[in-house]
Amino acid sequence: MHDVNPSRASDAFVPLTASTILVNAVGLHARPSVKLTQCAKRFTAKVELSLAPDGPWTDAKSPVKVMRVKAPQGATLHFRVTGPDGKAALAAVLALVHDGFGEA
Amino acid sequence: MSNSSSGNVGIVIVSHSSKIAEGAADMVRQMVGNAVPLAWTGGDTDGGLGTNVAGILEAIEAAWSTAGVAILVDLGGAETNSEMAVEMLAEDRRARVVVCNAPVVEGAVIAATESSGGSSLAAVKRSAEEFYA
Repeated sequence: MHDVNPSRASDAFVPLTASTILVNAVGLHARPSVKLTQCAKRFTAKVELSLAPDGPWTDAKSPVKVMRVKAPQGATLHFRVTGPDGKAALAAVLALVHDGFGEA
Repeated sequence: MSNSSSGNVGIVIVSHSSKIAEGAADMVRQMVGNAVPLAWTGGDTDGGLGTNVAGILEAIEAAWSTAGVAILVDLGGAETNSEMAVEMLAEDRRARVVVCNAPVVEGAVIAATESSGGSSLAAVKRSAEEFYA
């Protein structure tokens, strides 16, 4: 089976995963979701997130889908990143969550 | 009305209430930032509740981008007047303006988020319409 994802660039790359705890007070609500998707969109890699290490995975470039995850403060966010700039993408989203989306 | 020039898809907010339109635009600016051309219009020509084609045309002009413009509307007349405004545009612009089938506030924020990443007009519309998917 071939990957049906339209970004064929991700086909040849092994997914990178990492997790971090959601520290900002409001959790993954509207504003943090927008910041996260804007961050993920800067990269060509496929960026996905989940509340559990084995999924289900949500497209981190879709603000609507990210908001629907409704991740609360204290939740562990798992990221799975696949693509040529995956390493940088993973570092960027982890840093954003770790810094509480700049909201303190 | 506010504006910011860039190659990103422009966003136009059309509500029967100028307060809703302005408030939704405030949310877009605060949540998404200034990388997206944005304009709003609301109310009829007498300042009451309603929408008017001239105001919508002005907003499209203010938010114009070569990448196109996505319009978010609230109820009935906002949609039909927006469609009328699109019909009145020059032919080469008409194809680059779409009315999104999405809630006006949420749709505006999501459309602007998508646009701020440099997405195409089709992707911006699709993302805003995910709310009803």
